[in-house]
Amino acid sequence: MLQKDFKRLTLYLLFAPFALWIILLIILPHIGMVALSLREKVAPRVYEFGFANYLDFINEPIYWNTLLRTGSMSLLVTALALIIGFPIAYYIAKLASNRTRGALFLLCLIPLWVSDLIRAFGWILLLRETGIISSFLVWSGIAGQPIEFLYNDAAVIVGLVYTVMLFMIVPLVSTLDGMDNSMIEAGYNLGGNGFTVLRKIIVPYAMPGIVSGCIVTFMLTAGSYLTPILLGGKNSSWFTEQIYNQFITRFNWEAGAAFGILLLLFTSVVIWLGLKLSGQTLANTVAKS
Amino acid sequence: MRIKTTVAGLLAATMLGGMGSAQAETLRLLTWGSYAPEALIEKFEEEYPDIDVEVTFSNNEEMIAKLRATGGAGYDLAQPSHDRIYAAQFEYDIYKPLDLSKINTDAMQAKLLEGVKENTTIDGEVYAVPHQWGTSGLMADKTKAPDLKSWGDLCDPQYKGRTSMRLKRTIILGMAYEMGEDPFAAYSDLEKYQGILDKVSEKLIECKANIKAYWNSGDDLTAMMLSGEIVGSETWDSTAYKIYDQNPDITFVPPSTGALAWIDTFAIPRKGKADDAAYKWINFVLRPENVTIMSASTGAIASVKGAKDLLPEDKKAAVNAAFTDADIDNLKFFANIPPGVEDMEGRALEKIKAATGG
Amino acid sequence: MTTSPMFDLECINIAKSFGAFRAVKDVSFNIPSGSFFSILGPSGCGKTTLMRMIAGFEEPTGGDIQIKGKSVLGTPPNKRNVKMVFQHLALFPMMNVFENIAYGLRCNGVSNSEIKKKVHDVLERIALPDVAEREIHQLSGGQKQRIAIARCMVLDPDVLLLDEPLGALDLKLREQMKIELKLLQHQFNTTFVYITHDQSEALVMSDNVAIMNQGRFEQIGTPQELYHRPSTAFVAGFVGDSNRWSGKVKTSDGSGGKVATEQGLEMAFTAAHGETIREGTEVDIFVRPEFIHTVRKTGSVGTGEAADNSMDGVVDSLLFNGANSRVLVRSAKGELIEADVTLTGNDDVKPGEEVSLVWSSKQAMCFAAQGAS
Repeated sequence: MLQKDFKRLTLYLLFAPFALWIILLIILPHIGMVALSLREKVAPRVYEFGFANYLDFINEPIYWNTLLRTGSMSLLVTALALIIGFPIAYYIAKLASNRTRGALFLLCLIPLWVSDLIRAFGWILLLRETGIISSFLVWSGIAGQPIEFLYNDAAVIVGLVYTVMLFMIVPLVSTLDGMDNSMIEAGYNLGGNGFTVLRKIIVPYAMPGIVSGCIVTFMLTAGSYLTPILLGGKNSSWFTEQIYNQFITRFNWEAGAAFGILLLLFTSVVIWLGLKLSGQTLANTVAKS
Repeated sequence: MRIKTTVAGLLAATMLGGMGSAQAETLRLLTWGSYAPEALIEKFEEEYPDIDVEVTFSNNEEMIAKLRATGGAGYDLAQPSHDRIYAAQFEYDIYKPLDLSKINTDAMQAKLLEGVKENTTIDGEVYAVPHQWGTSGLMADKTKAPDLKSWGDLCDPQYKGRTSMRLKRTIILGMAYEMGEDPFAAYSDLEKYQGILDKVSEKLIECKANIKAYWNSGDDLTAMMLSGEIVGSETWDSTAYKIYDQNPDITFVPPSTGALAWIDTFAIPRKGKADDAAYKWINFVLRPENVTIMSASTGAIASVKGAKDLLPEDKKAAVNAAFTDADIDNLKFFANIPPGVEDMEGRALEKIKAATGG
Repeated sequence: MTTSPMFDLECINIAKSFGAFRAVKDVSFNIPSGSFFSILGPSGCGKTTLMRMIAGFEEPTGGDIQIKGKSVLGTPPNKRNVKMVFQHLALFPMMNVFENIAYGLRCNGVSNSEIKKKVHDVLERIALPDVAEREIHQLSGGQKQRIAIARCMVLDPDVLLLDEPLGALDLKLREQMKIELKLLQHQFNTTFVYITHDQSEALVMSDNVAIMNQGRFEQIGTPQELYHRPSTAFVAGFVGDSNRWSGKVKTSDGSGGKVATEQGLEMAFTAAHGETIREGTEVDIFVRPEFIHTVRKTGSVGTGEAADNSMDGVVDSLLFNGANSRVLVRSAKGELIEADVTLTGNDDVKPGEEVSLVWSSKQAMCFAAQGAS
């Protein structure tokens, strides 16, 4: 009996930090956000319960256009990261020797050693009109006059892909690593060509890794702030910027909270759709890799 | 369940303990980048060895947001601009009244002191005193854009793709003056102000095609200007002075309708825990010998008497290159922002950013 | 086009080097259609490399591989009609049984209705007609084995390669699968090339076995040939159990004579595999346990046969294993000799008893020692 109680106590103790973490840092703030988002401001220091902040979002095309824009660009970034990351992950997991493997992983990790801001400034130095690439093109005679690569959506996408690449590659490597090489050889042996083997064996096998990489990448991208702000042009709006503006510039915490909740719902729906379409579950993707 | 409450209690106790031990010895400054130069902090700590100075750099909006989040706790002295105090205090109650007897107000220029007091008095209590003032206006490379003289010139097609601005309220106000309106006067009639905003937004959306990019920080503006990627921009005067140091062709240009002037102030957050230290800091930085150190770092002019003479030589040259006496007379001081205006302006700015002007 | 492609698979002087390491050295063999051929060798002998070259995963550095009389050098693995059952089977876990088997057919562009029919047929033949919709992880070890074979056989391969597929199974199942594999091979009448390091697998199932060592084929023959008439000392030592002595020939008529072992024992021998062994040659002598008779010292029973070798010793221990029981006898010189005994459970030899070991010189296979030849 005592033994049983003791065991239960141990279990509670082990579980407590995790529970605290979840409750204090995730659940409570979100409940607070939801509550905040349902307050309507009627006069200074006077608030009422209501859905005005959400209605505001629906009635203002600028807001939902920005959200859709953020979503579609995040999807594009995710797709690009997958297309670029998959061959790299495949190379690391299946072809590279142990030593090059470590070096390659390190290369993918390096971008994360410096802060978002420094990384963005790096891209600014490269891409600006008087930057390295433009100057090189002029110097080599390829371009007649300096070209501005910065301040457009392409620059934002490049910067984001660079940032999230590691989060795509790591889960891919870990699933591909678990794949028996003979599986690929069997694919060829039974008559498949390179494309068939990729499509029917490697990709389906790596699906949990692909999906979990995509989820992480998509979430990170949709929630990123500095990169789109610094690299984006005068028309590049990002939804997190709207949230920031509501909270900081307009002192409108209620609308900011509503936007935050909406972004969370939106990304959740996109991920749910992605899981449905790929026939995966959250349990066997993110949990596995 | 009991375990969890215990742990939570412990956690809370630690946090409270941490706060308690910070009392009296630490002065937590919430201020603008460059408003707390290392040399001054060292000098201050030498003079008051029992006070440690901790600095958090921020801007008007973030200062208010931070203090609002904690109800005015976490900092002992803040430095918002004079026009951002009234509404913030009125709505969120984040500052405490100042004890003017503890501040050496005699050193301050009477006109600035009175102006700030007038702007920040609620129910007879004064919430801020002036620290430094400066202006927002234009900056131009004299060799490439000698005729850039008014807010509207940023939208002149001859500079297409060669101008910049910060997409914040300053440019809205500047452009309103350019279009013959008096936005500050319209603050009392928000409907009329909305009309002005609509007009200005339209103009700024049209202007978008002319802009290379909106700048976000003094650093990107400096880089664009010095590299020659742009020839003119909306700017803070202090940024322009710093650039003038490196390239004397680039000077601050007070717009023909008048540069917009702001005064950064001292205000004490409602739950500040080191008021005495805060007053000591205020009086310390207003001393003439310290004013010079401060101005060298900020590029702004102190609100003390004879401040212009206390500027370091290079800044003095830059100011003289930019302002005539007539320009000084023509300054437009930012008026108090009544509640609700920030939201209206925010909406207008969002509309401009989202418009696909090119 | 050779005139008669009577061999499904033919390797001619095939060689493979990895840098300075020569994994396979000029191996030649051919396999008659429809036979079960095993390549038996210790791990690292090059048998897997050889198989991978046949499957097309490695390109040989020399020689030629012909399938049904046609060279397949330069043909990619997916264009060779050689299918392979991998060591860990390599069934695709993300597909069910039906899709696993259908995979190869789909690659070949077979129509859906045809695929259905063929998969159904092959499942019938391996006696698992109802598993089509199962997931791979729902199958037992033996079922997986059969599915892996069916997945290849449905494609009608010229040659089926099997890379130690029984290695992962437990003993009982392995014994069962040996028989099953043999039956399947008969049923499909396809050439099986089976790679293993387990001699009992090779001997039980194969029509022909090649013994491979250090990149070379030591001998190719039927299991009986290999067992009874090994052509090299390696084969004699590797296939089956043996007592082994090293010694020097004292007298010889070329095909037999007398040898003195290093331990100072004298015995009569027969030169193995028609070798000529001269006087003074360093030799290795192999005698299988089942040819050594254990005779009680006190007992009076004569062996009757031409038991021209005998040795005295003391029973050290009995290794009881039913019909395969053995006795370990310590000779006067101190060495341990293994001999088969029939234990009846009634008046058997006991440890500590003095016995004589007798065997015929015909069973004492002698090879010139590697170093001396």
